[in-house]
Amino acid sequence: MEISSQVQAAVVLDAAGDVVGAAGIGADGGRSLAGTARELLDRAATIRPAAGESGVTQLEAATRAGSVFLVREGERVIAATTGRAPTVGLVFYDLKTCLRALAAEVPKSEPAKPKAKPKTPRERGAAAGKDEHESP
Amino acid sequence: MSRPSLVLGLLVALAIVIFVRRQNASRAEHVDVYYEDGSMLSLDNGAPGAEPLLALAREALRGAPPARS
Repeated sequence: MEISSQVQAAVVLDAAGDVVGAAGIGADGGRSLAGTARELLDRAATIRPAAGESGVTQLEAATRAGSVFLVREGERVIAATTGRAPTVGLVFYDLKTCLRALAAEVPKSEPAKPKAKPKTPRERGAAAGKDEHESP
Repeated sequence: MSRPSLVLGLLVALAIVIFVRRQNASRAEHVDVYYEDGSMLSLDNGAPGAEPLLALAREALRGAPPARS
C-alpha cells in the first residue's frame, strides 16, 4: 500500500470491519485503529441521524497531537493518522486513490475463466459447411 | 515618539497577538464530517457532538504511533 509521507499510519477495513491492509503500523495498532475508526464512523452518523452511517463518506478529526482521517468508498473504509496541520485535501486525495487502487486490484485477483475447448477437425468442417450454406 | 504612545502601541500589539493565538487554538481542534449528498458539517471544539469524536481521535492517535523502521 503506497501512501503519502504525511500519513503516519493507515488501515483498510472491509465491510465486516476486519483489517485487510495496513501501512506504518503493527498488527495490534492496526486492530486498535480499525476499532476506533469504526466507532468514529458510528458516532459521526449520530450527529445527523437522517444521513445514517452510510451517509458519512469522509471525516477529519484534528487534535493538538495530530489528525485522524476516514474515507469510505463502497464497502471499504480507510483510516489514517497524520501529524499536526496536515494538507487536508492532499491526504483525502491520497486515501481515496489508495481505496480505488485496492478496488481495481480485486478483479485481477479473481480466477481467470477457463479457455474455450479447441474444436476438433470434424467440428471445424461442420462449421465451415454451415457457413457455406448460409452464404448467398 | 512619546513614551505613552509607545506603551499604548505595545499593548495593542500584545492584544492582537493574544487574539490571533486564541483564534488559532480554538480552530486547532475540530471535526469535519462529509456526507454522501455533498454536504459537510464542521464542529469546532466545544460544539455539541464534537467532544466524543475528538476523544476518539485522540485515542486513535495514542493507540497508533507510527512504526519506526
